[in-house]
Amino acid sequence: MSTLTEITKMTAKRRARSEGLTYNSKRPAWKEKPSIGYQLLKSVIIGLISLSILVPLLLVVSTSLADDKQLISSGGYVLWPERPTFQAYQTIFSSAFMIRALGVSTFVTVIGTALALFVTITMAYATSRPVLFSRPALLLVLFTLLFAPGLIPMFLMIKQLGLLNTIWSLILPGIFVAFNFVVMRSFFMGLPQELIESAKVDGASDFTILWRIVLPLSKAVIAVVGLFYAVGFWNAFFNALLYINDKTLYPVQLVLRNFVVQGGSLADQLGVSTAPPPQSMQMAVVVVALVPILLIYPFIQKHFNKGVITGAIKG
Amino acid sequence: MSTAALRKREKPSKLPLRTRFKRDWRMLLLMVPGLLFLLLFFYVPILGNVIAFQDYQPFLGIGNSDWVGWQNFIDLFDNPDFWTALRNTLVLAVWQLVLFFPVPLGLALIVDSLMSSKLRRWFQSVVYLPHFLSWVLVIALFQQMLGGAGLVNNLLRQWGLDVVPFMTNPDTFPLLSTIQLVWKDAGWAMIIFLAALAQIDTSLYEAAAADGAGRWRRMWHVTLPGLRAVIILLLILRIGDILSVGFEQFLLQRDAVGPGAAEVLDTFTYFSGVVGGGWSSGAAAGLAKGVVGAILIYIANKVAHRFGESGIFQSAPKIAKNNSRKARRLAKENAR
Repeated sequence: MSTLTEITKMTAKRRARSEGLTYNSKRPAWKEKPSIGYQLLKSVIIGLISLSILVPLLLVVSTSLADDKQLISSGGYVLWPERPTFQAYQTIFSSAFMIRALGVSTFVTVIGTALALFVTITMAYATSRPVLFSRPALLLVLFTLLFAPGLIPMFLMIKQLGLLNTIWSLILPGIFVAFNFVVMRSFFMGLPQELIESAKVDGASDFTILWRIVLPLSKAVIAVVGLFYAVGFWNAFFNALLYINDKTLYPVQLVLRNFVVQGGSLADQLGVSTAPPPQSMQMAVVVVALVPILLIYPFIQKHFNKGVITGAIKG
Repeated sequence: MSTAALRKREKPSKLPLRTRFKRDWRMLLLMVPGLLFLLLFFYVPILGNVIAFQDYQPFLGIGNSDWVGWQNFIDLFDNPDFWTALRNTLVLAVWQLVLFFPVPLGLALIVDSLMSSKLRRWFQSVVYLPHFLSWVLVIALFQQMLGGAGLVNNLLRQWGLDVVPFMTNPDTFPLLSTIQLVWKDAGWAMIIFLAALAQIDTSLYEAAAADGAGRWRRMWHVTLPGLRAVIILLLILRIGDILSVGFEQFLLQRDAVGPGAAEVLDTFTYFSGVVGGGWSSGAAAGLAKGVVGAILIYIANKVAHRFGESGIFQSAPKIAKNNSRKARRLAKENAR
């Protein structure tokens, strides 16, 4: 097993190098130090961009935590809550509607990601090896990059399958994304093929090879593709709009759209009396939709470049 | 998908089919879930497009509805709303091309010039982040910032100034929606340029510097030519994808801005088909868009082949080939 670990390590190192992830922090001799003006300009640009991304997020979180007094005195928005209160959250979580929406989104994300990884990994592995019919199967997948069946036929198909107004209409159409397949397949093809061949010679079956050799070597790419899928399922809004009428099956994104973007009365829908100001309740819904992504993001972020570079060009 | 190496490796063996099946049946089994998915949610729905040539009635189904030939398309092209949607789509595509496209490139140049790898990593993770937020969330955030009751207008009111309808003005909607797109995806689109920048041979910079080229000269004569292939490729792809400017973004803002400015081909299909119940005309609009889009992408891909060293579909095996060759060498060295 030690050889395997070493190869893994070396593969990782080689990849990091070839993808330019390891920068040399030392300035090359031929490169002059930028003048104060350039440095200033650059820091201003970087600062402004970062602020434009971070300030709205901070503002939303802060306002959701602010108490009425501060909200009123500041005119509706708070950049830093002085006396943080979880009243808004208590209110939205006291409603069965919101809890159900969260449950739906969580179920769709977890089950969807698991199914999606299963389908993508099996398909990508089968087409990454020179086996019977691997090329036609590959072409069948790649053709999907060129053409989309269109909205109406998809809707009719979901209807035909009897999936309208079921949670599966949020899951099944999304369990295979060609972009993720391409990322996965390129990674599998980059694995040392001798490893697989020698395992074969030793009598391991294809399933064993996939399970015991390929998957352990592919943790990074599985994490990235898994994140892509999870984010896709968590963010899926249009499928819900299209296929779901039943309010008990609303995912979080649809709640967000109906009560924040379209400004429907949140309190009525949640069946609660407005104790906290509506502003902070709206913000609390935004935060609920936001938090899961902020939670997993830091763990997987370092693998992004790799996955995207292999995939982006073909997407 | 047709590099020489791939062909060599995947060259069909001379074994008879039965033997190969016996050898590979497990791998074939692995393909089943994916193929089943493709069949159910891609290839059968594609066939469902035939309703574009029917007077489709949901209670009759595809089998019993009347065939009307090209009538749906003729009606579609007589419909002024369709032309509004097409015009909006093209206008938005041009805005995106002019305003969105250069931003990731500029960002990549700035990030690449940063010496502190800590700062670089931090900045990268910040600008990637919005890509992972849903469009609903992005629109909600913009509303809270720029909407009628949002932060900016609140401040304007407090200062006794007039309120600016950022989010509801149809005239400035192309600009607004492009800014939203930049906010959401520019950082993400930067990755590909960063990768291309990392590939440029540093000895070129060294040589240029030795010949007395300053910072801007090096950028002009080394960096930009080094990025040429990627820029052209992405540009061509974007043009091939010109009928798809995004869907949810416009659907979500159509009520606030009005269909005159925010109706694009995709939302037109949705509203005329699913909402309006005109299944066949909606399918006709979707099919027209899909076919033209596919042709454009195909042409774009061909043109990209002609310009760049590699087209869209060729990069994967190329990368894989190099990797596996290196990997083989590494494995050999390791074995010794």
